[in-house]
Amino acid sequence: MSTVTQADPAASAGSARQLSERRPLGDRGFQVLTLACGLLVLVILVLIVISTSQQASSWFTTEGTKIFARNWDPAAGQYGALTFIYGTAITAVIALVMAVPVSVGIALLLTEVVPYRWSRPIVYVIDLLAVVPSVVWGLWGILVFAPWIEHIYSSIGSGVTGIPVLDSLFGPPTSGASFFTAGIILAFMITPIVTSLSREVIATVPAIDREGAYALGATRLEMIRGSVWPHSQGGVVGAVLLGLGRAMGETIAAALVIGSSATITSHLFAPGYNMPAVIANEFGESFGLQRAALMGIGVLLFVFTIIINVIARGVVERSARRKRGA
Amino acid sequence: MAVVAEQQQPDLREAKGWRRTSNRIATALMVIAFVLVIVPLGFVLFTVIAKGASIISWSFLTSPIPPQVLPANVGGIGPAVLGTIEITALATVLAVPLGILGAIYLNEYGGKNWLAALIGFFSDVMTGVPSIIMGLFIFSIWVLHFGYSGLAGAFALGCLMLPVVIRSTDEMLKLVPNSLREGSYAVGATKARVTMTVVLPAAIGGIVSGALLAVARAAGETAPLLFTIATVTAANPNVFSGANTSLPSQIFTNASSSFAGAQARGWGAALTLIVIAFILMITARFVTARFARFSR
Repeated sequence: MSTVTQADPAASAGSARQLSERRPLGDRGFQVLTLACGLLVLVILVLIVISTSQQASSWFTTEGTKIFARNWDPAAGQYGALTFIYGTAITAVIALVMAVPVSVGIALLLTEVVPYRWSRPIVYVIDLLAVVPSVVWGLWGILVFAPWIEHIYSSIGSGVTGIPVLDSLFGPPTSGASFFTAGIILAFMITPIVTSLSREVIATVPAIDREGAYALGATRLEMIRGSVWPHSQGGVVGAVLLGLGRAMGETIAAALVIGSSATITSHLFAPGYNMPAVIANEFGESFGLQRAALMGIGVLLFVFTIIINVIARGVVERSARRKRGA
Repeated sequence: MAVVAEQQQPDLREAKGWRRTSNRIATALMVIAFVLVIVPLGFVLFTVIAKGASIISWSFLTSPIPPQVLPANVGGIGPAVLGTIEITALATVLAVPLGILGAIYLNEYGGKNWLAALIGFFSDVMTGVPSIIMGLFIFSIWVLHFGYSGLAGAFALGCLMLPVVIRSTDEMLKLVPNSLREGSYAVGATKARVTMTVVLPAAIGGIVSGALLAVARAAGETAPLLFTIATVTAANPNVFSGANTSLPSQIFTNASSSFAGAQARGWGAALTLIVIAFILMITARFVTARFARFSR
């Protein structure tokens, strides 16, 4: 379009009429069509909020602030969501504690250590991790991993019995399907996204910063600390937050391995529950207020993940903009 | 140092002592991080292949789903294979064109205006919406009024795919050089024509491969289907009405079963699902390598 207007002064007055601003109907129709498709994203997000809150409204109105109560007992008509919020926080934290160092380590390995020829196959392997569907992680988790790690849990559990803090974290009761197992499985699942985002951020560090550090005689570690890290800090934080959002919302694997027990406990090896898992397991057979409550837990989960994602994208974008400016 | 510098060459060898040790430790930790990932991944793939390969056969892939109590050699997962293909294909038909058109708006029309920035930002945010929320969403706006169907499942999967397709297509359109667009405008083409006949074909390799990756991810999703297709065991060739089933839903059901036969069928279904996702991923790589004129 701009090219057309730029051509105007060059053309003589007579032929300039032909190069008018008027566009054929089909052309304008196409623009409207693409705009509609773009707006679809916003429409869907708004519709999600409206329709799910509407379904959950009876839970919000009848329970009021008791939606954050501790007790979840459909038989007794108690629908407090605190247990599940707690479980979501615990499993997400366990997943992050394990996945973040590993992901950043792999990202650094890919960008700073191995030659390009080798980094390709490593990226393929990490991508492969993302291709394994959630439900397959869950199947493996519950049938293979949980029975195997149960022995480790119980020996750690009996080992720490009586030691003040450790006992309340790792002591019995222990079970193969537990907060910790869910955290481990979630860690595997968020590793690909945290790795690839961190790698992208780290790859934008200017080569001149690296070379400068090396020229001053820095070792690779010192170069990473002095040149790479200050530059990519913000982006890596954003990547970690996106991983957190994923870990909070990941449903099926957690539903299979978390143990499905609505309890708040500091014991990490004990069975628990989290928000997506309780929706997946109980929604099908629920009705009335319980269904509204599960829908409401979904609304809370949606709100939490949206907040985290908005912050994460903001952080990533700001660090990207700063980099472009520099 | 400065005093002796005149006579002595600077020492360019590797740093000594703790500096060298800490550097080596850091490198070793990075390698260990990678090993920590590939060992469990290898273990998962090995288990799925070992347990799945023993049960998979043509009749397993096509036979009806038997009751869970029956042993592994009876029946198969035919209805689930059919359901997965139907629902994923329908979701692709719904989401991919809309996503590509949305990306065209972002890149060709929106440019840097606030609305395009807003849509782009929320597409990114939407990729982070948990898949189970999409299931609840379609349940409340569709299933409550029209009942369970493959179409409802396709809507839910489509909602998951849409932002992914928008983002990957947008990235690809950005790579198309502006000179191509300007050349077409110069010969008098309208914007719609330039986009459809010049820009899209130039980026088609990357767009297709991005869409295939989105399909591969959607095919493995269970959570959006739980409350939209209702997971039955009978085959349902009509994707537009009636409860349906899919591979991930069947695996989910069988994983929580205590019967050995059902678990074995779960492993077989898991292998089938991974192979499908894998084929899509490899096709995507092939398409990128073969057809991408402007891609990374």
